[in-house]
Amino acid sequence: MKKINRDSRVRKNFHQAKWDEPIIFELSQKGERGILVPKAEEDVVGVVGDGVSGIPDHLKRKEHPNLPEISQPRVLRHYMRLSQETLGADVNIEIGQGTCTVKYSPKINEMLAKLTDITELHPLQDESTVQGILEIMYKTGVFMNEISGMDRFSFQSGGGSQAVMAMASVMRAYHADKGESRTRDEVITTIYSHPSDAAAPAVMGYRIIYIHPDEDGYPDFEAFKAAVSERTAGFIVANPEDTGVYNPRVKEFTDLIHSHGGLCGYDQANANGLFGVTRAREAGFDMCFFNLHKSFSTPHGCGGPAVGAMGVTKELEKYLPAPLIDYDGDKYYLNYDICRDPFNIGKVRMFYGVAPVVLKAYAWIMALGAEGLYEVAKVAVLNNNYLFRKLMEVDCIDAPYIKGKQRVEQVRYTLQKLAEDTGITTGDVQRRMMDFGMHYWTSHHPYYIPEPMTLEPTEAPSKEDLDEYIETLKYIIKEAYESPEIIKTAPHRSVCHQVDERTLDEPDEWAISWRSYLKKAKDKG
Amino acid sequence: MAIKGFKNHPYIPNSVPEVQKEMLKAIGLNNLEELHEEVPEAIKLKDNMKLPEAIPSEYELRRHVEEILKKNINCKDNLNFLGAGCWQHYVPAICDEINSRGEFLTAYGGEPYNDFGRFQALFEYESLVGELVDMDVVNVPTMDWGQAAATSIRMASRITGRKEALVPKSMDKDRFLIMKNYCAPDIQLIQVDYEKETGQLNLEDLKGKISEKTAAAYFENPSFLGFIEENGRQISDLAHRFSALSVVGVDPITLGVLKPPSQYGADIICGDLQPLGIHMNYGGGQSGFIATRDEEKYVMEFPSRIFGMAPTGVEGEYGFGDVAFDRTSFGHHREHGKEYVGTQTALWGITAGVYLALMGPKGMEEIGQTIMQKSQYAVMRLNQIAGVEGSFFNSVNFKEFVVDFNKTGKTVKEINKKLLQKNIFGGKDLSSNFPELGQCALYCVTEIHLKTDIDRLAAALEEVLNV
Repeated sequence: MKKINRDSRVRKNFHQAKWDEPIIFELSQKGERGILVPKAEEDVVGVVGDGVSGIPDHLKRKEHPNLPEISQPRVLRHYMRLSQETLGADVNIEIGQGTCTVKYSPKINEMLAKLTDITELHPLQDESTVQGILEIMYKTGVFMNEISGMDRFSFQSGGGSQAVMAMASVMRAYHADKGESRTRDEVITTIYSHPSDAAAPAVMGYRIIYIHPDEDGYPDFEAFKAAVSERTAGFIVANPEDTGVYNPRVKEFTDLIHSHGGLCGYDQANANGLFGVTRAREAGFDMCFFNLHKSFSTPHGCGGPAVGAMGVTKELEKYLPAPLIDYDGDKYYLNYDICRDPFNIGKVRMFYGVAPVVLKAYAWIMALGAEGLYEVAKVAVLNNNYLFRKLMEVDCIDAPYIKGKQRVEQVRYTLQKLAEDTGITTGDVQRRMMDFGMHYWTSHHPYYIPEPMTLEPTEAPSKEDLDEYIETLKYIIKEAYESPEIIKTAPHRSVCHQVDERTLDEPDEWAISWRSYLKKAKDKG
Repeated sequence: MAIKGFKNHPYIPNSVPEVQKEMLKAIGLNNLEELHEEVPEAIKLKDNMKLPEAIPSEYELRRHVEEILKKNINCKDNLNFLGAGCWQHYVPAICDEINSRGEFLTAYGGEPYNDFGRFQALFEYESLVGELVDMDVVNVPTMDWGQAAATSIRMASRITGRKEALVPKSMDKDRFLIMKNYCAPDIQLIQVDYEKETGQLNLEDLKGKISEKTAAAYFENPSFLGFIEENGRQISDLAHRFSALSVVGVDPITLGVLKPPSQYGADIICGDLQPLGIHMNYGGGQSGFIATRDEEKYVMEFPSRIFGMAPTGVEGEYGFGDVAFDRTSFGHHREHGKEYVGTQTALWGITAGVYLALMGPKGMEEIGQTIMQKSQYAVMRLNQIAGVEGSFFNSVNFKEFVVDFNKTGKTVKEINKKLLQKNIFGGKDLSSNFPELGQCALYCVTEIHLKTDIDRLAAALEEVLNV
């Protein structure tokens, strides 16, 4: 037979699964059942009767909820199809969700987290019966101390943003303890830190001051000096920021905050490129958090369950949400001593955090050790800078700020020149990438960098994967100059075509649930 | 300097030295050290972190973790009667099958095209929970019931422009602490007492505390202490008389047999999805939902993402997207958006949707009935034990009930310790959080308990109490 030419890495024949699957309510067939429920035994019924006649009449549900009636195989098939219509990191070269650190999530860790000895644990069981999970959580906390240089970790926060809220709560408690809660009402952050670094402290009552970058992309130190005052409760910042630029003067920033009596919280969502290289403590932070679903692989689960593992210095330990997990040399236990402190923040999430996520992070650390974590950081930064170098060779791709230096974990690029040359926007390219089984994220809003594209390869892709991604981007850029219409109208081979987003912002049009859709669609005849 | 670690770690394709060398060359560097030149020497770590030595093979890793987890004693091999915010219900196999799918497990912030299935599954979860609570709007889930309740109160505060919220004194103390911290800067939570005999919210106390400053009257059904709150309509009416909102926390698994709070005046409903097909996970299965009517003034106050349906350019094709995205802190207004949003518990939302799709209307009714029959049987059976009152309060219970041990002469702590020796996890000791109840424990009985399990508990208690 003749040679089949597969020299190009670009997946021109890709097509994502597309099932045209109905909305689940449309699958309903009266009388079908997806699962049967255990019935009370006859002797139980003999004693208590139907069980529901004691409900006061005005509280009885008279009409069934309008849930669909569907047999088990059809429910399964429906959700299997929906899963196939989702391009998770298991099936694509996921290097496009910059700042999200989407990496390989080892399957062994999933298997371990599904063991009955964790899924079937009740959080209020006697401590003697949960020594295994307490040991895992305690030891993971000790690992986190070493990785960050902090003294004590809490796993209670269910994500990075909640951890920022918890950090702001600790700031509030600390200043209240010092009798300064009324006078310290400002939190400083930067425009290239996560929006939650501003939004969560704002919920905690703080006024937000943004520091903009200087021409190299570092947070402007002069502007920072002007912002810090006796009203500063604290500084919450990512480093590297979302641009991938690492602020080498970070210690001067934290020192300045301390000299004015404020606290420094480190958003370590971008920690992946720094494991074993530098830590929160050396940079002068009083608090930090790691997203276990990001840097520690646990994975993202469509957006949780997750953990924002929050670490603090010894001085701040008493403000942490209770309980802490401790070890007395003989047994692990839940320590509620900090509750006695009048300024303790109480709780941010029920119980002790998402235990299976902590378990998966534990297993991931144990599979790598200190040298492996360092290698994760080095390879993640190597991958990022390889991608960076190759993309900067493309004429219409640029990345603002420092030139000729390395970025850490991700880079925020700009496709402004492409837009000027061709009219093709970053949103257009983003949709076209999906036609090749790939995808990227643009940026948080507002777009401080025009036509942004934020890529973060992590340690997970191979060089071949990176080359495929680069080649695909180049292919699309060539299309932009030669046949822009195909990009404008993309996606063509993803699950659906361009969504008419106007209805999503119109109260009379938006359809937030199936019943809401039926009402509104009906109203329109 | 080459890395001393692995040369071929399975999780790190480019740990192969030859590949590293080739890539370094491509970017004009000589070694890996140069990659971090921006990090000043003064804050660089000089030594390796002190972590345990890596476990190189997957098999050994598995053995290592399994050995630790074996030190746990679980609720499947033992008999559990703990509830109190995390409940043991049966998890249908398909719930686990779907939330283990790699595509869902490893998706995150994709677009409604490449992550179409994620959007549809979450839209369907919103729609299914919407039917259960009889409301048109449900959010992509937040952390847990406590966070959902705290946000509901913040939403009510913004809608009414008021800074006080009334909450029941009978609620879970931990949930109260979550709400207190989250509301603390500007919203005051005022506790309303309960009736000593019935546990019901004390309407006189409520009337005394509600005012033109009240943003929300928050109550729970069933209450934390397990009984059905019967005066929901009166509480909602009273709130509305003062132009406050009625906010109701609910256990969704009750709603096949109990009227949804929207039908007795609730403006915002919140609760926990964990009973709907999610394992207890040592407290890791919690997931909070918030529901309202489809009115702009409510929708625009949600901080959460809300997925909606939308048309595409192709006739007959469903599309999805974020409803009113700019109201969130992910939008253009950042901290001037509504509270904050981030990674929460989306996968549990999808799972709850699968559960409701499996259960259907009949399943939800039947499970409510089975649970009530079994819990009532447990109350009656425990009542037969001398000195034990099966239910401290004179109200109808759903799955939880306060067992009164005051006349036994023993503490709950002592009793639970002895039950544990018989492989039974007794109910939550209420003596420290509810000292006014003396020696009482909150027991939970669900569809997973057989009659023989309940009889075994009763027999064990008889033995423990020497009666």
